[in-house]
Amino acid sequence: MASGALRATPSLAKRPSPLATLHTMPIISLRNLHKRFGKLVVLDGVSLDIEAGKTIVILGPSGTGKSVLLKHIVGLLRPDKGEVYFEGVRIDELPERKLDPVRQNFGFLFQMGALFDSLSNIENIAFPLVEHTKLDKTEILRIAQQKLDMVGLPDIANKLPIELSGGMRKRVALARAIAMNPKVILYDEPTTGLDPIRSDVINELILKLQRELQITSIVVTHDMNSAFKVADRMVLLFEGKVRFDGTPDEMKSSTDPVVSRFISGEASEAELAGLMRS
Amino acid sequence: MPIGLVENVGRRTNNVLALFGDFFIFAGLTFRWLFTVGFRAKTWKLLLPQMWDVGVKSVPVIAVTGSFIGMVMAIESYNQFKALGQEERMGSIINLSVVKQIGPVLAAVMLAGRIGCALTAELGTMNVTEQLDALRVMGADPIRYLVVPRLLACLLLTPILTIYSDLLGVLGGYFIAVRTLGVPAAPYWMFSEQAIDTWQIMEGIGKSFFFGGAIGLISCYKGFTCGAGASGVGKACTESFVTSFVAIMILNFFFAKLAQDLYVAFFGMRSLFG
Repeated sequence: MASGALRATPSLAKRPSPLATLHTMPIISLRNLHKRFGKLVVLDGVSLDIEAGKTIVILGPSGTGKSVLLKHIVGLLRPDKGEVYFEGVRIDELPERKLDPVRQNFGFLFQMGALFDSLSNIENIAFPLVEHTKLDKTEILRIAQQKLDMVGLPDIANKLPIELSGGMRKRVALARAIAMNPKVILYDEPTTGLDPIRSDVINELILKLQRELQITSIVVTHDMNSAFKVADRMVLLFEGKVRFDGTPDEMKSSTDPVVSRFISGEASEAELAGLMRS
Repeated sequence: MPIGLVENVGRRTNNVLALFGDFFIFAGLTFRWLFTVGFRAKTWKLLLPQMWDVGVKSVPVIAVTGSFIGMVMAIESYNQFKALGQEERMGSIINLSVVKQIGPVLAAVMLAGRIGCALTAELGTMNVTEQLDALRVMGADPIRYLVVPRLLACLLLTPILTIYSDLLGVLGGYFIAVRTLGVPAAPYWMFSEQAIDTWQIMEGIGKSFFFGGAIGLISCYKGFTCGAGASGVGKACTESFVTSFVAIMILNFFFAKLAQDLYVAFFGMRSLFG
């Protein structure tokens, strides 16, 4: 397993023994993350502990760093300051080669699917298996077909991604994300650009994967229907910081005006003032 | 002197140095992967489609470029040589120019346009649609998976395409000079043979290997670092061609100087009119 293959960094010595805290240790910990692009501060001290087997939904207005946060979890971006832990091991300082085995614990559903255009759907799903296992071709194709069946698309194996609708492409991308049976799946705007019916199919898939595979899910979304349907816990990012962290019921009853405006989809007076001036 | 101007020059210099540093890190990582996985069967499986794209699909454009260079040189030089009564020596100038300089350089420039831009557009599109990130997340290094086979294809096939371009340039020159303008064939080939030896041919082929490497590295780098959206990909394609073109010219200058010095050191000066 990836965490076993990695040596603990010196900073881990200050943390409680992993054995002593195994039952309570979060699968992912983010500690005081800071990230800026040029002069734009995107993350401004974000800390989160994410429990295994649960679905956490990260909400927030556009540009508040939700996708940036996801990319820090798998090392696609490195924090300017702060720490990222996976199963108690610090990963934000690992070089690319040492990150690869860690990344095998993650599946990532990109916003537009990010399927490889030149490969068929089944080849896309088989890709991580070809890269990381010594299974023979027949077995790899059997597993890939099984994943396609799981997402409800048994008959599109040999088509190219370009031949599918947006919703179908996302489901194929989800099949690829679960090909290696990851411990964690990261969903970046899984329902963006889909009609309400297709969105609900994706929501049901997220719930099904959690139910059947006990996968930890981290979902970044703007879609409140989707968020309330799949979330065990909800986090609202606002201006680079965690503004709210609680259960869906706690969010619904929050008296914070930023939270309630986000739930009801109302612009603030300051935002509307800009519109009136123009 | 206004402070703003100094600041601006400093910032630009810093940006250019950072860009060079970034490119050389990219090149270093590519060569590290090339020497660790470049000879494995998995890489060769990825290499074959690239060889088809880089090599086979470039044959028509290289054929046209090569043959027309030879033909144009024959037409342009004939009257001058005839005025001196030296038209039999045309072959030496046409063929030497084709084999040593114009053939390799124009073949490389054509490849920079045809292959370099295609590689940048392909990798740039993969970049903006997050396919490169998807590779990273799946633990497949994009440099190993995408850049190494493309660079290998450019390194291996640019010299072969250059030989093909040279051959057609020589034949094109012969066709116009001998078949159309009536220069006697025997002295045409005799003077060509006197002017060109293995060294000259190998100089042209040898530098085309480096031209191929420059095209492969620059076009892949530009694809990997392109800006967002369609305009980002378009801009990266333009930069890819311009940078490759400039790199080919600079490399060619240094190779010409190096080859000339080595030739004189080993074999002495050779006159075409001796």
